[in-house]
Parts: sequence; structure tokens; C-alpha cells
Amino acid sequence: MSQPKVPVWVNLALIPFINIMLAFLVSALVILAIGENPIEAAGYLVYGAFGYEEGIGYTLYYATNLIFTGLAVSIAFKAGIFNIGGEGQAYIGGLGVGLACLAFDQTMPFYVIVPLAIIGGAAFGAAWAYIPAYLSARRGSHVVITTIMFNFIASSLMVYLMVNWLKQEGRMSPNSRTFEESAWLPYMHEMLAAIGINIEQSPLNASFLWALICCVLIWGLIWHTRWGYQLRTVGTNATAAIYAGIDNGKVTIWVMLISGALAGFVGLNEIMGVQHSLLLNFTAGFGFAGIAVSLMGRNHPVGIILAAILFGALYQGGSELAFEIPSITPEIVVVIQGLVILFSGALEHMCKDRVEAFFTRTSAA
Amino acid sequence: MFETLILILDATLRVSTPLILAALAGLFAERSGIVDIGLEGKILGAAFAAAAAAAVFGSAWIGLLFAIIASVALALIHGFACITHRGDHIVSGVAINTIVAGLTVTLGLDWFSQGGQTPALTGDARFTSITFPFADALADVPVIGLIYSELLSGHNILVYLAFAIVPLAVWIIYKTRFGLRLRAVGENPHAVDTAGISVAFIRYRAMIICGILCGLAGAYLSTAHNAGFLKDMSAGKGYIALAALIFGKWRPVPVMFACLLFGFLDAVAVRMQGVQVPGIGEVPVQAIEVLPYVLTVLLLAGFIGKAVAPKAVGRPYVKERG
Repeated sequence: MSQPKVPVWVNLALIPFINIMLAFLVSALVILAIGENPIEAAGYLVYGAFGYEEGIGYTLYYATNLIFTGLAVSIAFKAGIFNIGGEGQAYIGGLGVGLACLAFDQTMPFYVIVPLAIIGGAAFGAAWAYIPAYLSARRGSHVVITTIMFNFIASSLMVYLMVNWLKQEGRMSPNSRTFEESAWLPYMHEMLAAIGINIEQSPLNASFLWALICCVLIWGLIWHTRWGYQLRTVGTNATAAIYAGIDNGKVTIWVMLISGALAGFVGLNEIMGVQHSLLLNFTAGFGFAGIAVSLMGRNHPVGIILAAILFGALYQGGSELAFEIPSITPEIVVVIQGLVILFSGALEHMCKDRVEAFFTRTSAA
Repeated sequence: MFETLILILDATLRVSTPLILAALAGLFAERSGIVDIGLEGKILGAAFAAAAAAAVFGSAWIGLLFAIIASVALALIHGFACITHRGDHIVSGVAINTIVAGLTVTLGLDWFSQGGQTPALTGDARFTSITFPFADALADVPVIGLIYSELLSGHNILVYLAFAIVPLAVWIIYKTRFGLRLRAVGENPHAVDTAGISVAFIRYRAMIICGILCGLAGAYLSTAHNAGFLKDMSAGKGYIALAALIFGKWRPVPVMFACLLFGFLDAVAVRMQGVQVPGIGEVPVQAIEVLPYVLTVLLLAGFIGKAVAPKAVGRPYVKERG
């Protein structure tokens, strides 16, 4: 029995578009409810995110974090695993980046520290994902619950380490010492100035390029390697995978390792790129936002880049909006994020089934 | 020493109350087959609704009513996504938690202009402590006096309500027709459907109960335990409740003891700050704080006992047709 086909663009563009519009519509109602004009608010938001060079810089700086965590969530999704622990993995990954910087910044040159920091972030993030992955694959724990618990454990562990071991002597706030400049990732405005292009200063830094490289690597891994084929098989039909001779537990473990490593790269952007010291709470919810990015981006690297820029724009535009209209908080962005998760994730069948039914009916007729 | 113990246990009761309410809420949801990561969001939303309504109307009871309405509404959204539209339970829960985290601050800032907080509640806008008869008179009697006047007396009504709901939950789940069906729906929805009972309707009713209980938990946080709403005041209680639910293996009484254990750890952690333990030295507060999470991970991995979830939990039920 052949099923009438739904045009490709419907699944790739129309349905995500409808979902995000629904999310925006409900957000607009919230803004109306607090007595402000949603169209005016949207204007500030778009201007804040894309209206000037610094704004664009900030948008892409936020997008960098979201690409990392979005990729982390989506590679796990591809294998049928829900990694809700991106927040904790990013936190511990950042610790790895920070420790690499603190250990080598006074003795090593920049080009040695960068790979060490990348390895540090990846290794720590992956290690934090390994335990839930192992427990899930070999002892049958529920990976969602375990990774949630690991987010809290990560948070307590970081407080303990920062307060008792890594805090700079003689300071009240739990920050490590500032890294030497050899352990700073170059800012985008510095790099572009070196080749004669002048742009305004912003926190956007070299980690954005690494995020794009990661997208290409993950795309290659998922769709063009034997491993990627195993991963997709497990995600599509775990039972079929077993009959095909795939060790599902093994796949779970290495997918989670990659997922944790990707989340850990948030530390490159935040710790090495902008803060230049280890501190608390630098992940600021980006791990959870990765879930929205991955759902919106349909688990494809290109989609994730677009969704990350969209959410990055919301973060940056949200601050601009809060500045222009004081009765609106930047938290409105969190509401929009949640609504996107609701409509494109939890309620995905609500629109999809109807739209698809519409197209199959018209093409059959 | 004895007095310190009583004080710690007293604090344990107060900290455990929202956990017990939320964990029982999760119990009803999960026993019917719905995974509810959104406990956290419902508690937070209810806490905000309670504090906002109590501030406006000057009555803690009206606050409680609004808390329950808000929480049930959120529970029904979760139900709508998971039951009617076969959505992913975890994704839906995450969505609810995220929406509420943003919405409470957004609305709070607009309504009260205090940076997302609600005004401090006083008088009737809060649930105040109930002193048992003769509590003061008996306070000086050794041992029993302290237990009666310090530990048992002097809590607000929601604390007593939470402990009263535990036997009620046992009765509903194990002794009523609804409870039997609820458990059946969580284990084998096909069988329930074959018997001519609507799976969706039972699950929706379970979500309403879940909403009511989370509403109580939220109202407790903002109008009884504290005097007003603070940003992110649920502070992971929904997740600890989830952990307690697993720890209590989805049965009401063990779940209550798990909540008391986690509450006790919390109360001890506060007391242990900077205290030198003989032979060990200072125990880091964080080490005690993470124990509930670590214990739950160990339990789930089968290292200490075995936690078996309701069989159909997290799976959408699709009615067979034709």
C-alpha cells in the first residue's frame, strides 16, 4: 500500500513555521495582557537583535551556546535518547575548560592551550554524561531521571569546588583568578580587524567558528558514517537494531559521550571566550534551551543553526525590549522558549497531523 | 542534644510538607501512566498564584483557591498534550516548567512592580501556625512536652493536611474503584479499554488530582512557609519530589517516608553548616544536599533495591479502531 506523499517543504518549513507562529501568538497575548503593544515589542526585539552590529554580535554569541547545546540534545534524540542533562554537562564541561586554562595559561602559548581546553571541555562534559549513559545501558536506569539528578549534583559540586578550592584568595565572590591573555579566545572583532574589517565590539568570539565546525562534523557523523547509521537505526527502531546486530547499549553510551562533549563546549564560549575566569552559574539555562533549539531545528544541523540564531535573537532582543519597555522583563523570552517547546515538541501532532492530512487529501484528489 | 533533635525533626516536617504534596501529585499522575516532569512548574505557578491572590484579596484561602486553579490548568495542558495529542511526556513537562519560570516573573513584575516578587504577606493573607490545646502548659513536661508542643503543635494547617492526605491517597488508590482503574490504566491500558472504560478520562482525572496537590504544595511555599512569592522559589522541589516518588517506589506511605528522609537531610544540612564532626572534620553542606539525588540514582541503577515504574508510564495510549 503506497501512502500519498506529503511535500518535503511542508515538513521542513511549513510545520515549524506554524508552530513558532503559534508560540509567538500566545506570547503576543501575554504582552497584550500586561498592557503593552505586541507589535511595538516585536519591533524593539528585532531591532535589538539585528538592528546594529553590536546587537548582531550578541545574537550570534548567544547562538553559539545554543548551537552546542542544541546539537547535544539532538544527537541524543536521533538515537532515541532524551538527554535532559545538557545543563549539568555544560557546567562540568566548563569546569574542564577552566581547569585547562588555569593549569596552562602561565606556561603555554595560545595555540597549545586551545586544543587542551577543547579536550578538557569535551572530556569533562562527556564524563558527566557517561555515568547516566552507563547506568541506562547496562543497569536499566531511566536516562531522563538520572540526567536530571546529575544536573543538581553538578550544581552542588561546582559550588563546593568554587567555594572551597578554586576561589581566588582574598575575594568574596566565588570566582577563580582571571586567566592570562594567552588563554583568551580571540573576539570576532579582533580577528576581523586583523584582516582589515572593522566591526563594533561584542562578546562574539572564535568559539562561534568551532560551533559551526561541530555542526559539519555532526552532520557527517550522523548521515555519512557507519556509526551514524547505527545511531539512526537505534533511534528509529530499537528492536530492529538488535536484530541487525547492533549493540544498543554501546550506541547509547557513545552517543551520550558525544552529546555531553558538545554540551561541554559551552564553556569555551563562556569561560574562555568572555568571562576569562571560572565562576558559578555561567550556563544560565542554555542547557535546557538546547531542547527548544533541537525541537525547532528538527534535529538537523542546518535547522539547529537557524533555530539557535532565532533563540539567540530572542535573548538579545529580549534585553533590548526590557530596556525600552520597563514593564516587560527579559524573562518573556523564557516564556516564548517554553511555548516553542510546547507547540513544536509536546503538541507536535496537533498541527502536523492536520496539515499532513490536508496535503495528502489534496494530492490524492 | 534531645532538644536539637526535636528542632531538626520540627524543621523536617516543615520542609517535607511540599515534597509530600508534590510527590503524591506525581504518584497519581504516574500511576495512571503519565510521567510528570512538570511538578516543578506547577508548584512554582501555584506559589505565584497563591501569593498574588492572597496579596490582592488579603486571604490565604482565596490564595489557595487560585493556586489550585492555576495548577490544575497547567496539569490539564500537560494532559491535553500527553493524552489527547500523544505528545512526549518529558517534552511537555519541560515546556510547562519553562513557561511557568518565565511567566511568573513577567506577570509579577507587571502586577506588583517589585522585580517579579509579590508584596510581603501579613495577617490573614498567610496560613499561620495552629497551637494545639495545652501546648504551652505542657511545654515544661520532660520529653513528651517538647514533642507535643514543639514537634506536633505549632504548624500551619497545610502541614497537617499533607500528612492527612497520605492515608487518604492510600484509600483512594487501593480501596476504591477509581483507584483500581487508575492503577490498571498505568499498567495495562488496553485491558481497561477492553472493559469499556475510557483510558483518557481516567488519566485526565488523575491529572486534575495531580494539579490540586501541586496547588497545595505551591500555596504552602508562598503563603505558609514564606511570606510571598520569590522568583524560582520552588528551587528544584518538584524534582526532589520526583526523586522521592521513585525512592518510595510509587506507593504512598513509602513515598511519604522518602519525603521525610529528604526533608530531614535538608534540615540537617542547614544545621551542619560549619560544624566540626569528630573524626571527619567539617562536612560540606553540598555533600548532604546532593544525597537525595545520589540515592535516587543509586536506587534507579538497582544498587539499593529495585524501583519498578508502572508498566505503561510515559507511553501514549492509542485506541485501536476498526
